[in-house]
Amino acid sequence: MNINLTLIGQMIAFVCFVMFCMKYVWPPIMAAMAEREKKIADGLAAADRASHDLELAQEKAVERLKEAKHEAAGIIDAANKRSAQLVDEAKQAAIAEAERVKLAAQAEIEQESNRAREQLRGQVAALALAGAEKVLGAAIDPKAHADLVDKLAAEL
Amino acid sequence: MAGSTPTVSEYITHHLTNLTFGKLPNGYERADGTFVGPDGEWLMAHGAEEAAAMGFNAIHVDSMLWSIGLGIIFCWIFRSVAKKAVSGVPSGMVNLVEMVVEFVDNTVHDTFHGKNRLIAPLALTVFVWVLLMNLMDLVPIDLVPELFKLAGVHYQKIVPSTDPNITLGMALGVFILMLYYSIKVKGFGFVKELTMTPFNHWAFIPVNLFMEIVGFLAKPFSLGLRLFGNLYAGEMIFILIAALFSAGLMWMVPAGLLQIAWGIFHLLVIPLQAFIFMVLTIVYLSMAHEDH
Repeated sequence: MNINLTLIGQMIAFVCFVMFCMKYVWPPIMAAMAEREKKIADGLAAADRASHDLELAQEKAVERLKEAKHEAAGIIDAANKRSAQLVDEAKQAAIAEAERVKLAAQAEIEQESNRAREQLRGQVAALALAGAEKVLGAAIDPKAHADLVDKLAAEL
Repeated sequence: MAGSTPTVSEYITHHLTNLTFGKLPNGYERADGTFVGPDGEWLMAHGAEEAAAMGFNAIHVDSMLWSIGLGIIFCWIFRSVAKKAVSGVPSGMVNLVEMVVEFVDNTVHDTFHGKNRLIAPLALTVFVWVLLMNLMDLVPIDLVPELFKLAGVHYQKIVPSTDPNITLGMALGVFILMLYYSIKVKGFGFVKELTMTPFNHWAFIPVNLFMEIVGFLAKPFSLGLRLFGNLYAGEMIFILIAALFSAGLMWMVPAGLLQIAWGIFHLLVIPLQAFIFMVLTIVYLSMAHEDH
């Protein structure tokens, strides 16, 4: 319990340790802690921003989706319209074609019937002449009666 | 402790004696009957009487070495953390150190409002160093002295803060800083503070001066003696409880229980005293910075 040189020794040691702490311990630790604090604050701010961005992005995505659906509906609509139009056109074309074919067929039929009539007319003349020959029993000079026969054939 | 089984008072005295290296005065009769030469002699004291006879020219080797050793441990731990302190994720020792640093920093910010780069590191050093010195009190009191005895060293007091030299040494360090900053910050205001408060009249200058100087000087002494008193008392109780073990077999159980109870109580005292020492250091220096 004596007061002695230990007192002075402790004072010197005290000064040394305080100076060491002031120079080599306190500043780096405080700097690191301040830096970390800033980093954490930045990180939190970034997270906030990110979640806000995410919200915006989700909103945008929903909007886009709606737009796309709308667009798709439009496209389908147009396609339906177009297909209806195509079918219509095709129908019209088919009807026209049918008409054309029908007309051609009618024309041909008329032609055929005319030809057949002509042919028939010729044959009838010959037949009438032959019949008349037989009826008269004598040769009829075709030349002499050609007029008659022709008149007959024309009447047919 | 000369005999094989010391008496209780011998045991206690032995535990309260520092390992002292000092200068014995001319003609002093030593314990072994020899006399010191005419110029005095620097040597290790054998026992409390010789240590007392050395007066101021002595040094408590054990207090000094334990105190400096603990100070170096503090510096080493905190320096190693400071070196690898990065802004990334902290872990282990870094966490602990940063917790202490932040705690000290907060306390300083709460108490000290001036601008001084010295205060916070000073408070940190004071707190951790005193805490480490106080913690030595929890080491079983016979363990280290007995080990040293095996090595041939007969006195060993391992709790530096039970040595008034150590606590007063730190308190005087703080006192010098108080004086320095009082004069530096207040200048002539410091003289005015010493002479014109609390009675602001020229006729009261001697009274004021006396009161203020007593108050000013009381600060470091109360600071140092508070720590010393608390720890010394705690150590004393531990020694008495340890002495109780030798009182007989039937005392073993109560002594053991007492030991545990006092240990637990002391666990509170140790950080509390370190904290008080730190806070008062900050407060005193804060007062030195405040101009009225």
